[in-house]
Amino acid sequence: MSASLTLVVAMAVMYAAGVYVMLERSLTRVLIGFLLVGNATNLLVFIMSGRPGNAPIVTGTPADAAMVDPVPQVLMLTAIVINFGITALILALIYRSWWLARLGDEGDTVTDEHAAETVESTEKSFRSVTDDDAASQEDLDASEREHGNEHADDRGDPARAPGEGRDR
Amino acid sequence: MNVLVPLVVAIPLLGSALTLALGRRRPQQIIVSVLALTLVAAISTALLVQVDQNGPSVVHVGGWQAPWGIVLVVDRLSAIMLLVSALMLLGVLLFAVGQGIVDGDAETPVSIFHPTYLVLAAGLFNAFIAGDLFNLYVGFEMLLSASYVLLTLGGTGARIRVGVTYVVVSLVSSVLFLSAIALIYGATGTVTMALIADRVADLPPDVQLILNLLLLLAFCVKAAVFPLSFWLPDSYPTAPAPVTAVFAGLLTKVGIYAIIRTQTLLFPESQLSVPLMVVAFLTLIVGILGALAQADIKRLLSFTLVSHIGYMIFGIAMGTPLAIAATIFYVVHHITVQTSLFLCAGLIERVGGTTSLARLGGLLKAAPFVAFLFFVGALNLGGIPPFSGFLGKFALFQAGAELGGPLSYILLAAGAATSLLTLYALARVWNIAFWRSTDEVEAYESPMLDGLLEDPDDHGTVKTRTISPLMTGATTALLALTVSLTLFAGPVFALTARAADNIEQPATYINAVFPDGSP
Repeated sequence: MSASLTLVVAMAVMYAAGVYVMLERSLTRVLIGFLLVGNATNLLVFIMSGRPGNAPIVTGTPADAAMVDPVPQVLMLTAIVINFGITALILALIYRSWWLARLGDEGDTVTDEHAAETVESTEKSFRSVTDDDAASQEDLDASEREHGNEHADDRGDPARAPGEGRDR
Repeated sequence: MNVLVPLVVAIPLLGSALTLALGRRRPQQIIVSVLALTLVAAISTALLVQVDQNGPSVVHVGGWQAPWGIVLVVDRLSAIMLLVSALMLLGVLLFAVGQGIVDGDAETPVSIFHPTYLVLAAGLFNAFIAGDLFNLYVGFEMLLSASYVLLTLGGTGARIRVGVTYVVVSLVSSVLFLSAIALIYGATGTVTMALIADRVADLPPDVQLILNLLLLLAFCVKAAVFPLSFWLPDSYPTAPAPVTAVFAGLLTKVGIYAIIRTQTLLFPESQLSVPLMVVAFLTLIVGILGALAQADIKRLLSFTLVSHIGYMIFGIAMGTPLAIAATIFYVVHHITVQTSLFLCAGLIERVGGTTSLARLGGLLKAAPFVAFLFFVGALNLGGIPPFSGFLGKFALFQAGAELGGPLSYILLAAGAATSLLTLYALARVWNIAFWRSTDEVEAYESPMLDGLLEDPDDHGTVKTRTISPLMTGATTALLALTVSLTLFAGPVFALTARAADNIEQPATYINAVFPDGSP
């Protein structure tokens, strides 16, 4: 079995960097570490497919002998999909822990905005698409006006509490 | 009959989709998930009977023959695991439903509970019937992703904090597992377990050792084998009681199942028996010493969970037919008893408002039936004759004595000590939480409470809540199952012995997958 040295080196560097970053305290860095390590593993699977060759499409001609092994590519695809899902979940966890960290102990006692909802009230609260379009158009207009008037407010207020961003 | 095999994964997945669609209609959701798990339990029973009589059941998914297609294999071990886990999942689901009904579903966003729970079930069943390593990996990932969601249900601070640890640890073990699969594919050119088993003997011994170690490392994190068990006692107790129960009972046992497959099917000539014995010893002792220091019942039970994993690793390390049979019996016993004890802890939490020993008292009067349930479970876990905990340990010790050798005898001693210390830890819970009367709780002094560690996330006593008959009913049913393991120990042990026979002869498994000889 032969393998491309470039791929092996890339894999090794990604593993090393990934593990190093994963050991940080910050969750976003842990996520980056996981992404690096996960992709390094995908590369490892790919390297294990052996020599390079033609695309694995069976045509029934003698050229098929030069075909690359398709199985590792299938495994990689599956692993990529799984990593994608997990990444989304970790991002949600990171957002939630950031939210709790900002609010401290009160993070748990913030009243649930959905607490009083019933099935009927929720269904009533769904707005029609035209309403939504109108509202976003309004927002756009407002922000354009603001933009034209004042440039000082562009950066927004960094000390803004995280809850405000979630208001509808 | 073979058509039943894929159904054990397909039914929970379909159920999951249905419950997701029925997100706002709670009663229908409950009916769908209960129905799905009941169906799987029935199918597992049928499979067990069939496999026991006719040998392993093999399905080539989509008609693609192994090693090109995905192959699903159910032998006796898989069928036993399927049946036990289906029954556990069903019991815990009923408990959760009972709790949800009493609480008016206000506490947790339960509309996501049923779909996630069914995905967990599907992943679990998929892992048990997987005939190739990559499908096993997919099963693991399914159940782990579902477990991440269940563990952080509600998204409270404590759950997010431990959830992150749990997720990161599980991810690292998954990455290790995938790397192991990649390297095994590179070495043998296949991921079908039967074919790997056939080819691995031709590899140089050092390559075999590396592959074996890498797989074991990944599975030992999942099975919580010392020193890779540090994450478990922190993460499990924070989840809602039914979730903890199902995690404690089943998730670690999937790891054990995978280790059994690795050590008996893939690497039967493994040289790792001695290192496995050493980690089994450390798991037993360190785990139970941790349990002794806990004031919180749920944390205490988590430590006994880690500790008792050591018994199973001991059995796998010995590898004799009797040892494997005893291990399978012990796995079945431990799944049922640990799940029901965690459900008892859930009941205690509702009656007493806390699970901390320092603040519990008078439960014997307040809830005599819960006391009875806990007592039976505790005796069973502690290994008091005639319960199945005793029988499982006895069979293990017998296998150990037959094997002989100093290491084996040291482990026998450690096993006996662990059993006694488990009993001590649980008797202390009994004495303090159940026997002590309520008015003694203030200014109570006892050597039994000295130096105990409280749960770091403990928020004091919360208001007590009522228990619904469904919750006690589910717990009682699971405990009755553990007791029936004692009553029917003869037939059950005979079954596990036949399962061990299968396992001792990997040729049975290989021939079932490749009836015309391996390619």
